[in-house]
Amino acid sequence: MKHLLATAALICAAQPALANRVFITNERSNDITVLDGESFEVIGTYPAGNRPRGIAISPDGTELYVCVSDDDLVRVFDPQTMEEMHTLPSGPDPELFVLHPSGNPLFIANEDDNIVTVVDTKTHQMLAEIPVGVEPEGMGVSPDGRVVINTSETTNMAHFIDTETYEITANVLVDSRPRFAQYTADGSKLYVTSEIGGTVSVIDPVTQQITKKISFDIPGVLPEAIQPVGARVTSDGSKLFVALGPANRVAVIDAATDEVIDYLLVGQRVWQLAFSPDEKYLYTTNGNSNDVSIIDVAANEVVRSVPVGQQPWGVVVAPD
Amino acid sequence: MFKGITGILAGACALAQPVHAQAPEPVVIRAAVLRVDDPGLPPISRLELPPEDLGFAGADLATDDNDTTGRFMGQDFQTVTVAATPDTAADSMRDLLDQDIRFIVVMADDDVTLALADQVGDRAMLINAMARGDNLRGVDCRMNTIHVAPSRAMLADGLTQFLMWKNWPRWMLIHGSHPQDQAMAEAYRRSAAKFGAEIVEEREFEDTGGARRTDSGHVQVQSQMPVFTQRAEDHDIVITADEADVFAVYLPYLTWDPRPVAGSAGLVPRSWHPAMEAWGATQFQNRFEALANRRMREADYQAWLSLRIIGEAATRTNSGDPDTLRDFILSPEFDVAGFKGQALTVRDWDHQVRQPILLTTGDLTTSVSPQEQYLHQTSQLDTLGVDRAETECRFEDPS
Repeated sequence: MKHLLATAALICAAQPALANRVFITNERSNDITVLDGESFEVIGTYPAGNRPRGIAISPDGTELYVCVSDDDLVRVFDPQTMEEMHTLPSGPDPELFVLHPSGNPLFIANEDDNIVTVVDTKTHQMLAEIPVGVEPEGMGVSPDGRVVINTSETTNMAHFIDTETYEITANVLVDSRPRFAQYTADGSKLYVTSEIGGTVSVIDPVTQQITKKISFDIPGVLPEAIQPVGARVTSDGSKLFVALGPANRVAVIDAATDEVIDYLLVGQRVWQLAFSPDEKYLYTTNGNSNDVSIIDVAANEVVRSVPVGQQPWGVVVAPD
Repeated sequence: MFKGITGILAGACALAQPVHAQAPEPVVIRAAVLRVDDPGLPPISRLELPPEDLGFAGADLATDDNDTTGRFMGQDFQTVTVAATPDTAADSMRDLLDQDIRFIVVMADDDVTLALADQVGDRAMLINAMARGDNLRGVDCRMNTIHVAPSRAMLADGLTQFLMWKNWPRWMLIHGSHPQDQAMAEAYRRSAAKFGAEIVEEREFEDTGGARRTDSGHVQVQSQMPVFTQRAEDHDIVITADEADVFAVYLPYLTWDPRPVAGSAGLVPRSWHPAMEAWGATQFQNRFEALANRRMREADYQAWLSLRIIGEAATRTNSGDPDTLRDFILSPEFDVAGFKGQALTVRDWDHQVRQPILLTTGDLTTSVSPQEQYLHQTSQLDTLGVDRAETECRFEDPS
């Protein structure tokens, strides 16, 4: 470990910034793999606490937040040194969270308690607990930071939460076990994935109406294996990528028409996705094959796969 | 493709309206759980002693879950729980019907479940959360009943698929002498024929009565079990069919030949296990344990799922009308999530809820069937149990 840290320190010293570094939580091996986003080489592996899952980075790239589910808190690491700086209270069993676009506060889904916890990232204090549906999981935030979306897996709703008042302003019923909520960069559309329902709901955030449901059909893959989880949309709003879980594929969707245009074969049980800052690449965590697939976004092609720790779960890329 | 989606959406849009929190008067949706306890002998292992709130605790959790969603829907779920004996079950059922409760979860054995279904007729929908009888899904099927409990055929097929994957096709089958043991043995015979296993030897362990507990009873058992299993045809595994709980749990480590045990002991096919953690089940187990101060048993899971089916139908239809809910539950549009990694649906030919079967040891879930190599043209879950083409169920035309 010391050796790894030393190596990491050297590399950090040699590079001007940590831009384009990729951080992957490994749920089973309790660590974080750091990849170089240029060479795709593993820079190091660092202890994370027990059962690391959701991961996010502050807009200025100085704080790395990790939901450490079995420790019932959020650990905050220095992305340069991967030293733990402090922890944040999260409520029990935190799984996913979303950071306000300004970097503060952090909205955390607590599956065990049917609440969303709001935590100030500067003062490390809990600001609010918002009651939501059964098993809150997916968290998304509107680009203007005014609305946070939480999806509840057993209630099957996307809850719209006002980030000023912490009140729920609307609830949209979607298909079974909604896992992830993702706005387009212009805020005009909200995508919500449903793992058991096998669909992605396209929601108009203004009217809070479902305008379309995207479904998937892959020759040779059992329909019940198609389980949409992570989703990311390019900032120009042209392409939506959806991780399909045990179907071992990422769906590429034309985000103008919301029609599926391709399926890319990745590793096993693909869970979460993250773009590189220039959106040239998309990283996927493949939980059952212990690797990360790297997709060339323009070409719709998997260009590399990189072995990481055991049961990779979440991924985030440092901003430029 | 687009047309298909628009069509479905047109239907769904009515349901997809944003649901605002301030509903005026909540719609009340009532259900009951009727548990019929057979005052029989205590189980061989005291770990299996039934808690007083068996099943009811699962029902309480489902009502809580339904109400959490109901807050957003303007729906209020109310559940009555009643414990009865086989002698008082009909009276208890009449009371529930007199209260005009239209959804009744029944936790009883095969015969009582069937008698209650016939008593109810078209006055309520029954949800069978305990009885495993294949006859209840076959020759004795009833239009007014759906089956959340897996059938014996499903449990046997779940185990057989795993044993075929394991390449243990030669079985010594030991069954008890009670009717339910015979029925389970028949399910294993059918399953062996379906998947190509061979029952090389079959023995009956007769229940000669007597107490379950005696001082230092293990001394005799230790010599009885090896003797009972000696000189069998060469076999890979011992399959036990002992629903009456007379002998199976004694067998592991006491068989004459060193062979694993499965069925009623050893590797056991079940609908649920308190160590299940996949597919978000950890949170579900935690919620239950916080509520009930004990671990979740199969009966609790099955009661929970029964009431969640009603709650899911109420959410999706945005209705509390019992006829609307029943029609939706029986329609091809219905599905519900049950922490088993895929949507659970209702077979239209016998009203059995399709579901994966867990294969469990004392401490863990060893595997989950269907095993991936068993494919099916409709749903892989239909490789478990009685498929459409084989069903003996003929629902009577209600007209």
